[in-house]
Order: sequence, then structure tokens, then C-alpha cells
Amino acid sequence: MSSTFDRVATIIAETCDIPRDTITPESHAIDDLGIDSLDFLDIAFAIDKAFGIKLPLEKWTQEVNDGKATTEQYFVLKNLSARIDELVAAKDA
Amino acid sequence: MHLEYFHLIDRIADLRAEERSITVEAQVPLESTIFEGHFPGHPLMPGVLLIESMAQASGWLLIALTKFERMPFLAAVKEAKMRTFVTPGELLTIEAAVVHEGSGFTITDAKVSVGGKPKCNATLTFRQVPFPNDDLRGHMETMAKRIGFPQQMFAHG
Repeated sequence: MSSTFDRVATIIAETCDIPRDTITPESHAIDDLGIDSLDFLDIAFAIDKAFGIKLPLEKWTQEVNDGKATTEQYFVLKNLSARIDELVAAKDA
Repeated sequence: MHLEYFHLIDRIADLRAEERSITVEAQVPLESTIFEGHFPGHPLMPGVLLIESMAQASGWLLIALTKFERMPFLAAVKEAKMRTFVTPGELLTIEAAVVHEGSGFTITDAKVSVGGKPKCNATLTFRQVPFPNDDLRGHMETMAKRIGFPQQMFAHG
């Protein structure tokens, strides 16, 4: 079974027409890959469906706006993948 | 329909919150300045207005599901298909259903039919945010009462 990162990278590549080989675990979805908030809704939809979760985008955005979190914590892909794993684990608990 | 005011929904025929779906009706007017230009001698309901009518039907559904706490704004239109012409005087039945509820956004499938025959359909994405001001919320509540929005789906308190 492919890793969470691999699945996320494939989703991003297919959703946003970004070459798969340019997407790495260190890529920042916004700063490096140029994904804007509208495109990220499509990615969130695909991730929600693929993993059976609901990415808490509003909560994350609020935390970033309040200075309680950085965008890197949620939008660098290795971190995004870790957050997805946490949500999946919480769902299955 | 009052096309010039973008009031495209006349009546909520059925709102099924548990199924996350809605059916509304909209009467295309016989006359409108829009038809003078679209098109001279061959009046047609513009496709963009049909998409907007599907967006408004979806929007009322989403307002109901959030109990008037959030305003949906159209963010994306996908797979929009204008199958046959819609002409002045036709009574549209517009159906919409939630496909996915995300965090701060929702995706719906919507379709327009006339007399049971499909006219157009689209997949629509909405961002949902708190009402930006009381004026808009008040306006939407007035509109809701006018089109038969179920009373029990207004927020309490």
C-alpha cells in the first residue's frame, strides 16, 4: 500500500496538473507548488474522499491567522500527510 | 424570476434536510430586456443565468443546512452542460443535492428540468462563511420568507 504522502502527491498532481516528480515531501503546497485556496478545495475534497476524513481547513486557517500555527505545519506535504494520518487514526480509534 | 434583480428562485417546492436535497421552481418570464439581446428574434435564457439558478437553489439548501448561520458563495462550476434551449415562459424545476460537505466548503450537484425533461446540470462548489453583515442576512431572511423557506429551518434565538 502506498504511503500517505504518495497518495497525497498523486492527488495534487492529478487535481492541479502539476508534474508528479516535482512534488516532494518538503514541498510547501502554497509557496512551492503555487496552489491557491480555490484549488486547495479540490484537493481537500479528493483527500476527504480518499481517506474518509474531513480536513479541518477552517480550524487550520484560523490558527494560522491567529499566529498559533504556521502554514508549514499544515501545508508542507510531509506535515500534511502526518496530519492526515492523525485524522485517520482518530477516526478509526 | 426577476432576472434584472438576480432573483431567480420563485418557490421552494421541497426541502429535504435529512437527504440534503432541495427542489425549487422558477418561472422564466415571457419578457425581459435580457431577451432583447439574447438573442434578437430568438430569445433564450442565458446559460450563465441557468447556472446561477442552480447555484441559488443549492444556496438555499446550504443556508437551510447551516440554519442561517452561514452564507454560501459560488466558488467553482464544473461539468456544466446546457443540454437544450430554455425559452421565455417555461417553468423550471431545479433540483440540488449535497455531494460533499468539507470544512468551510460544500459541493453540490444540480439540474434544471422542464416538464421532466433535463435542460442543464452542473457540479458546483461553494465557500461558506459567516454572514458578512446584518444587512445581507436580513435581506436573505426576507427573501427566504417570500419563497417559502421552511420556518423551522430559521435559526432559533
